[in-house]
Amino acid sequence: MSRPREHPRAVVPYRYSLGDKLYLPLLVGLWVTLKHFVRNLWTRGSQVTIQYPEQRRDYSHRYRGQHILTSRPDGSLRCVACFLCATACPADCIRIEAGEQPDVNIEKYPVVYEIDLLRCVFCGYCVDACPEEAIIMSNNYDMAFFDREQSIVAIEDLQRPFVLDPSRLGYRPSYPEEEAKRAEIRQGLFDLVEEAKHRQGGSGSGARAASV
Amino acid sequence: MGLSEAERGNILTVSYDKIFNWARRSAIWPMQFGLACCAIEMMAVLDPRHDMSRFGAEVFRATPRQADLMIVAGTVTEKMAPIVRRLWDQMPEPKWALAMGACATCGGPYRTYAVTQGVDRIIPVDVYVPGCPPRPEALLWGLLHLQRKIDRMSSTKSGKQGQAAAL
Repeated sequence: MSRPREHPRAVVPYRYSLGDKLYLPLLVGLWVTLKHFVRNLWTRGSQVTIQYPEQRRDYSHRYRGQHILTSRPDGSLRCVACFLCATACPADCIRIEAGEQPDVNIEKYPVVYEIDLLRCVFCGYCVDACPEEAIIMSNNYDMAFFDREQSIVAIEDLQRPFVLDPSRLGYRPSYPEEEAKRAEIRQGLFDLVEEAKHRQGGSGSGARAASV
Repeated sequence: MGLSEAERGNILTVSYDKIFNWARRSAIWPMQFGLACCAIEMMAVLDPRHDMSRFGAEVFRATPRQADLMIVAGTVTEKMAPIVRRLWDQMPEPKWALAMGACATCGGPYRTYAVTQGVDRIIPVDVYVPGCPPRPEALLWGLLHLQRKIDRMSSTKSGKQGQAAAL
């Protein structure tokens, strides 16, 4: 029969070894720090930091940044001032004033089209609502203003030339470059299947010919 | 810097301005202070990936007495507004305010009686950063704008005047 274990009467203090007294365990931590430091100094690509203003992160083609008003081939705005974007906007940041277009097929065009970028929540509902693909988004997020008047962008700001750079485009109803890539992949797969079929069919027919 | 009108064109004050502005712009200490979801993005700016300390602005102070910059990150409700104002008043000059995100800059989607329609109704804002919430890069862009603004400040003009000269 074992005796019940005696309840400890006093706390046994931790006995520091000589290494503990010389703060040697601290060096283990310092060694880890130093290892990472040295590795980051001499190994390229081990740093996780994005050197932001010089180096930009590659955002998706569906990034919702500053808006772009698209144009027709003749340079006029594609917008027909139907107010669907302004109605869909949850933040109520779009102001449109419609004017009469001489072309009866188009009927209207925006005399004033203003977006308050500070009020905007970049939800992309305007892009979804637009029946004309007249408003799309870029992946530009470098926006900062010194006062609130600067933040209200009008037609001429929304038609800025950086829209011509396809790498700066963001959320929009269709993605032609992605579709082209997808079609290419599909074609590649199709070719592979055709090649395999051809090879198999060729050897199969050979075997059949041998049996006959 | 009490200088008279006649002394203002002095070359010495220009160098003084440069040194002062360099020192101020290179060590903007923000206040540790967040109101809503924008504060999460503000925290993301501090991580090694975006690393706000590259601009000398990583020391988030837990007291307004040691802070230079107030990043108003999030929805300022009418109930919170007097507290924000009080914190702003407790900060020592020179001080700057950065309104981050749609809510802080103008109320954003909340056009209601409960939300202050822009923090600039209670404190003077230097830089507005749009977005809901802004990307960490966008906040860094706002910080760079603020540094540009500080660069154009003149230490011979105090407070509002110096900031007006910067604009």
